[in-house]
Amino acid sequence: MSLATAFFAIIRRDLLLALRRRSEIANPLFFFVLVITLFPLGVGAKPHLLQAIAPGIIWVSALLAAMLSLDSLFRSDFDDGSLEQMLLSPHPVSILILGKVFAHWLVTGLPLLLIAPLLAVFLGMPNESLGVLLLTLLLGTPVLSLIGAIGVALTVGLRRGGMILSLLVLPLYVPVLIFASNAVEMAAGGLPISAQINILIAMLLMALVLAPWPTAAALKMSVS
Amino acid sequence: MFLIPDPVGRFFHRMASPPHFYALTEKLMPWLVAIFLILLACGLYGGLYLAPPDYQQGDSYRIIYIHVPSAWMSLFIYVMMALAGAIGLIWRIKLAEIVAISSASVGASFTFIALVTGSLWGKPMWGTWWVWDARLTSELVLLFLYLGVIGLYNAIDDKRTASKAVAILALVGVVNIPIIHYSVEWWSTLHQGPTVTKMDKPSIHVSMLVPLLLMAVAFKFYYLIAMLQRTRLELLQRERTANWVKKMVLEQKL
Repeated sequence: MSLATAFFAIIRRDLLLALRRRSEIANPLFFFVLVITLFPLGVGAKPHLLQAIAPGIIWVSALLAAMLSLDSLFRSDFDDGSLEQMLLSPHPVSILILGKVFAHWLVTGLPLLLIAPLLAVFLGMPNESLGVLLLTLLLGTPVLSLIGAIGVALTVGLRRGGMILSLLVLPLYVPVLIFASNAVEMAAGGLPISAQINILIAMLLMALVLAPWPTAAALKMSVS
Repeated sequence: MFLIPDPVGRFFHRMASPPHFYALTEKLMPWLVAIFLILLACGLYGGLYLAPPDYQQGDSYRIIYIHVPSAWMSLFIYVMMALAGAIGLIWRIKLAEIVAISSASVGASFTFIALVTGSLWGKPMWGTWWVWDARLTSELVLLFLYLGVIGLYNAIDDKRTASKAVAILALVGVVNIPIIHYSVEWWSTLHQGPTVTKMDKPSIHVSMLVPLLLMAVAFKFYYLIAMLQRTRLELLQRERTANWVKKMVLEQKL
């Protein structure tokens, strides 16, 4: 089996598994919407305030939703032993991991993108910044999945890894949050945002190239 | 050992052997402590008595002699931790893994000290305990990174595996170090720009700079002492069934 076949087979398998358990797709989405609904209830339904902090709210919620959905990335494979089979295969593990992360992002990251415009309207964001919000989510959420994969790989062998996972992963999410929410905020003020977008693209490329390696090393460590 | 000349490789393997390391650090320790105390005394004397008060900040700037070296150490130790972790991962040297995790708690303490002294300094200078400025925030993130490393190490029962996990995490976190360093340029806000490492002439007077550098070196020695002590203890604990530990116990050296 060639590497490309293995890569697409993993994506196909993971998507199929996700389709059989639809709640895994829906839950992060519900969580995302729910957290955003909590903010107006918490800070009061003041349109100006909500409009001002909308980029931050949406991005923080996306961050939390992405983090909570991480656990399903390797959990079932670890439990039923297919992760070991993957590590034993002759193909480079980092590439196979890339396939798994991509499938996971399609299932948990992409839906956030689709529901974000609705939430932006909820929070009264100006229409000009809507496109930028989607662009930052498109560039940022894959980075979250890639970085998060390292954290999951490190903690998948632990019985109660959930809390420690958030401690490991959230500090590493900070740069994405800063540049993404800043870009949306600048766009709402009609300012140029090419710098932030370029940095987000750079982060995505860097994460694509660098993140699978430590993930592979951590997975090997976790199953040993 | 590839890419490394044979004598160097042999030297490292000798250094990495636990009994040799234990005996050597025992001999070195008094010297390290002496150098640390002398440097600390000179630095504090120079900083608290000899250096003139600042023309704007008066005497309250003197907290710089704790704050700035701690902040430097917080970054330095993280890099050392990642380096030791990388050595441990690549050449499977147990000692390097122990050095990495022993560095983590020392580094976390320095980060905490830098944050607290910065906050104490900020109150009279900026009129507030805390501002969400780039460097403060990234120092806080650094503290979280340290806590994550320590938490991960404690969460994994098998200490060999835990050391490997820590090494991987430290290497990943090291990507964050340049971001911290350049954050000053990226989102410069209330915090003053760096005054010592600027390319042109330092904008701090020599009578203030010398004690600062003395304190920085003293802190390096303190790190060495604290890290080595932790490493020695961890080594004893992990090697408690080894012959050299048994021999030391029988000879009542422990």
